[in-house]
Amino acid sequence: MVETSNTESTLIEREQKLAADLKSRFGDVLEITIKSKRIKIKVKSERLLDIANYINNELGFDHSTSVSGVDYPNSKEFEVVYHLSTYGREDFRDIVIAFSTRISRDEPKTLSLINIWPSVEYSERETFEMFGIIFEGHPKLEKLLLPEDWNDIPPLRKDFKPPGR
Amino acid sequence: MVSGASSNIFVGKLKDILEYSIEEPLNYLVNWGRLYALWPVHLETACCSVEWGAVSGPRYDIERWGMLAAFGSLRQCDVLVILGTVNRKMAPRVRMIYDQMPEPKYVIAMGACAVSGGLYFDSYSVLQGVDKIIPVDIYLSGCPPRPEQLIEALIMLQNKIRISKIS
Amino acid sequence: MSKLSLSVGPQHPGSGHMRIILTLSGDYIIEAIPDPGYVHRGEEKLAEYRNYIQNIPHLERPVVLDATGAIFPYVLAVEDLMNIIVPERAQFIRVIMAELNRIISHLYYMAIYGIFMGHSTMFMWPVGDREVFIDLANTIAGQRVTYAFLVPGGVRNDMPEKVKEQADKACNYFEKRLIEYEHIFMNNPLFEKRTKGVGILPKQDAIRLGVVGPTLRASGIKSDVRKDDTYSIYNQLDFEIPVSNACDSWSRAWIHMEEMRQSMSIIKQCLKRIPTGPVKLNLKQIKVPPGESYSRVEAARGSLSYYLISDGGKVPYRVRIMTPSFRNLITIPYIMKGVMLADMPPTYWGIDYWPVEADR
Repeated sequence: MVETSNTESTLIEREQKLAADLKSRFGDVLEITIKSKRIKIKVKSERLLDIANYINNELGFDHSTSVSGVDYPNSKEFEVVYHLSTYGREDFRDIVIAFSTRISRDEPKTLSLINIWPSVEYSERETFEMFGIIFEGHPKLEKLLLPEDWNDIPPLRKDFKPPGR
Repeated sequence: MVSGASSNIFVGKLKDILEYSIEEPLNYLVNWGRLYALWPVHLETACCSVEWGAVSGPRYDIERWGMLAAFGSLRQCDVLVILGTVNRKMAPRVRMIYDQMPEPKYVIAMGACAVSGGLYFDSYSVLQGVDKIIPVDIYLSGCPPRPEQLIEALIMLQNKIRISKIS
Repeated sequence: MSKLSLSVGPQHPGSGHMRIILTLSGDYIIEAIPDPGYVHRGEEKLAEYRNYIQNIPHLERPVVLDATGAIFPYVLAVEDLMNIIVPERAQFIRVIMAELNRIISHLYYMAIYGIFMGHSTMFMWPVGDREVFIDLANTIAGQRVTYAFLVPGGVRNDMPEKVKEQADKACNYFEKRLIEYEHIFMNNPLFEKRTKGVGILPKQDAIRLGVVGPTLRASGIKSDVRKDDTYSIYNQLDFEIPVSNACDSWSRAWIHMEEMRQSMSIIKQCLKRIPTGPVKLNLKQIKVPPGESYSRVEAARGSLSYYLISDGGKVPYRVRIMTPSFRNLITIPYIMKGVMLADMPPTYWGIDYWPVEADR
């Protein structure tokens, strides 16, 4: 909630410092948007692992809360969003970073971040079966929630119509 | 003395006497034994299982009506109470559970999802009513039904058992 | 010793449908692989075909015991995108309902814990005491189990006058009962023998795997969304977070008991300080501008979060629900190693895993 411009600038001071730190290190590969307690970072897929390592080791965001896939059929892309949070750094406990990358819809492949954040194991599996995105390097990419004999297109894509609609 | 016509009447009257004196009291006795000692298997699927927990508790106490939640093995249970949504991954297992129970067995479908799909009418993964795979005796609708409605369903099932024939 | 593979199958009374595939060596478990998905209903897909108000009774159903905790982050996300501020009285009523649901959910947890240990008195007492709090929720919101009470802009209706007296009676009664629970269950030598030192999850693993809720606090990390990433009026209230360093199943049950005490204290504070005023904004229609929002709340079992994307239309573009049970699922291979087969049910229930919530 915005009260005056003075308090607004102190409200997002920490987030601005984090954003400036990342921009100075990695430059144009990133695109950052800031709100109070929420930072969104859009990354091009070549430098994904480097930036993820930096956020984990140096900034201290030690676990991921969820992995989501979003389908944009108009621009023929999928977006994979990792939400990150921290238990170790107590002064950053209320900040959540949304770390996302866009991949092509016809050949959906991206690198798995399970070696950096082990907590993404089941969420990546679920995103695989719901969208068809392949995470390279994941040890067990199989069906988790859908029935074993599912033979239709992945259900959360926008061109899958639910039965009866 | 014993001609064709009179022996027919004799056999007919004998059948009536046997039916009146043995079969009806036997029906009554066996059904009385069954309906006050029903052991349920509960398929604790989803939201309705919370109301099942409340109905076995001290306030609504379904045990005084004759259903004891015994947590025994499937092979000694009579009633299958489907508590909630059955989805496509679970459907073959429900059929297997139904086949494992010995005769006579009864099924109560509890909740809107078990009756006809309920709130999830357009879901890709939900079976639209459990009567697509097993025969159902009592349909109980509600989302979730109150504990008093579950007791009424049990009484309706008991009335159904009381008038059934055991042959 | 030869190995045996055992499938603890989808139908088991008391818990809900979830399969665990165990590998045993003699009487001890050496590997446990979870297999969820038997109650998957496709909530995320269905949420894209219903408008913002029609989603409310629908999204309560996965987390049915703690219905307020399931809807709270959804209305917070919608209000964040619409940029509106909720009146004070509505915020106090929301917090009262959230803490009441926490007590109701924790009592069900204690009841099923009792049944899994074979202690049927510990099943009957919490289920009976739960009715006292369900009656209180019935008086406030009008329904026993699933309320559809929170809407974007406030709550649906105002509370009646008699709530304060009924809540005082319920809290006074229950505080005495908690002492009796400690006598018969928590300090029971059989319960201690079967759960102390069993199901260990060390502190480093808890951070690395990103666990939430009482499982996290039983491993020595003092973290709770109500204090860390505070929302609504929790920063005006005075309560504590119980933490334990023992990392085993006994301390998880102990934390549930302590949290019930803290919740009753929060309810009493709210009822003393609640102001008068309107309980909802008079919005003619729910028009959500395009944007994204991530919001999280401390539900009864842990931190529940929503990632909501809107494109300005009548229905949401993407709703991503992350429930605490799905996040705690990853601990099952770790806590089951070395546990005896007879102690498997209480170890499994100790992390408060609710299959419907994990599968959505």
